[in-house]
Amino acid sequence: MDSELALRKSKTGIEGFDELTLGGLPTGRPTLVCGSAGCGKTLFASTFLLNGARDYDEPGIFVTFEERPVDIVDNVASLGFAIEDLIAANKLHIEHIAIAPAELAEIGEYDLEGLFLRLELAVAEIGAKRIVLDTIETLFSSFQNPAILRAEIRRLFDWLKEHDLTAVITGERGDGTLTRQGLEEYVSDCVILLDHRVHNQISTRRLRVVKYRGSAHGTNEYPFLIDQEGFSVLPVSALGLNHKVFDSRIASGIADLDAMLANGGFHRGSSILVSGVAGSGKSSVAACFANAACARGERAIYFSFEESAAQTIRNMTSIGLDLGKWIDNGQLRYVAARPTFYSLEMHLAVMLREITRFRPDLVVLDPISAFIGLGERLEIQAMLLRMVDFLKTHGITAIFSHLMHSQDGATETDAGLSSLMDAWILLLNREVGGEFNRELYLLKARGMAHSNQVREFVMGNDGIHLVAPYIGGGRALTGSARTAEEARERRAEAERRIKADRITDAIEQRRRKVRAQIEALESDLAADEAELRRTAKLESDYLAQAQADQVAMEKSRRI
Amino acid sequence: MVENVNPITPAEPTKLVLYVAGQTPKSVSAIENLERICAEHLPGRYRIEVVDLRKSPQLAREHNIIAIPTLVRELPTPIRKIIGDLSDSEKVLVHLKIGD
Repeated sequence: MDSELALRKSKTGIEGFDELTLGGLPTGRPTLVCGSAGCGKTLFASTFLLNGARDYDEPGIFVTFEERPVDIVDNVASLGFAIEDLIAANKLHIEHIAIAPAELAEIGEYDLEGLFLRLELAVAEIGAKRIVLDTIETLFSSFQNPAILRAEIRRLFDWLKEHDLTAVITGERGDGTLTRQGLEEYVSDCVILLDHRVHNQISTRRLRVVKYRGSAHGTNEYPFLIDQEGFSVLPVSALGLNHKVFDSRIASGIADLDAMLANGGFHRGSSILVSGVAGSGKSSVAACFANAACARGERAIYFSFEESAAQTIRNMTSIGLDLGKWIDNGQLRYVAARPTFYSLEMHLAVMLREITRFRPDLVVLDPISAFIGLGERLEIQAMLLRMVDFLKTHGITAIFSHLMHSQDGATETDAGLSSLMDAWILLLNREVGGEFNRELYLLKARGMAHSNQVREFVMGNDGIHLVAPYIGGGRALTGSARTAEEARERRAEAERRIKADRITDAIEQRRRKVRAQIEALESDLAADEAELRRTAKLESDYLAQAQADQVAMEKSRRI
Repeated sequence: MVENVNPITPAEPTKLVLYVAGQTPKSVSAIENLERICAEHLPGRYRIEVVDLRKSPQLAREHNIIAIPTLVRELPTPIRKIIGDLSDSEKVLVHLKIGD
């Protein structure tokens, strides 16, 4: 066939699919969409056609071999397409090819020229660029001569190419073949396989581009979703490590926690794991992060796998967080989904879609341990790795909470995620002296100096506070043990002080007593000295008198 | 066969519409075959209308014609359809419930 250098492509308008195929389906060529019953073939085809007619100015023809036009109108109306308006505006035509084999007899040679004439007429009427044949295999049960049919189908595909119609042909999956009647033989340009698998009672729809001649395309199986917003393919591509790196810090909403990190707060765009046993306050920490982000004027998404929005809002009011306010003003999006609602892959895909649409600055997954049981350990790890990669690539800060069942050996999470995380906040709930006390420890904080202390984690109606623990006597105490220890120490201190005072007093008294004694002795001494002086004076007086007397006596004898 | 009881009353002539597309060999032989069969087995009690869908393709949509040639017995009701070039007269008669 002719090989074009630049393959023209027509956008399907299906979210994710155009990215996956680098632009959509091959223009002017037929594409086979095959899959088992109920896998979404018709929906894929109609979305392609309706988007083309509505958004890309490419009128389309829906050739239905099975459903009545009225059913098709109803089916797509639920997806928000006003199909009647498109029909009225000559942008869409539904051609119903109904065959009742019972009233039909085949005698001799025939062909399907009638079909061609009808298609030609429809194409001419609206200037169609797109066409859907849903599903042409029905013809095989209506006509008995397969040789004629095959020749005519081959002619039909050539006709489609001649008319430069971008066509989607649906086909039911056969045993070991893509389609029951081997339609893939005729369509060599593009083949898309839709699949619908149930694993552990959870169904997942998957899409795979089996073949796309002349074009690069994603070769993986991609989950896709059919919901009220229609058909969306969710490319979950493995990205390289080209993450955005930020030096700026963001506050966690817990001032005491930020203070445990040098320079305050966590790096923007980092992935933070909050793990702990039941009731250790994981969700509260996560909610603080979300609340702080909204308070800064940023946007946040809270994915909850255990609680409903109303429940979380009520619970967080008890620690002084008003999340309802942020949800109301559109800064916070709360997405609650049961883990068993989707398969693992679908969960990831849905989350990525939400994130892509909402463009948040911060994402909370509460808790990731809810996924355990949905898949193998490796699968969960791979899924979370893709999640972390995606968030980092977009510079989104992520908070993952994780429920641990045991505090022993707490340095390993069940999902084996620790190595993916930039920071790890470990929450403990330990029994000491008949009471449980919550504790918080920063197990890891990449690229940031951080406190090595275990802090007591106290939730009050004004938020979360981290109390420095009692450190002394070679141990750290928390809770009432800390309070008791502090009180005991205060009492001991008081006693010691009283004792010291008493000793000081006693010494002072003794000193005063001795001083009194010294004074008494000194006065005795002074009395003695006075006596001594008086005695000496008497002596000298006596001696002087005696001398004088002697002199007088001598004088008298001479005479 | 002609002597057999004819289920169609004379008041209700057989109305046959043959859809063709241009002058293709299949179309031409279908017309010839039909005219021959009717002349032989329903003398004077039939009406044939040949519709060329190439000229009026909207009739294909209206009457839900896919295969060419298609012979439709519109009257008497119910409608019966035969596709093909009508090369087997016996079969044609059986399916048109003529000459039972």
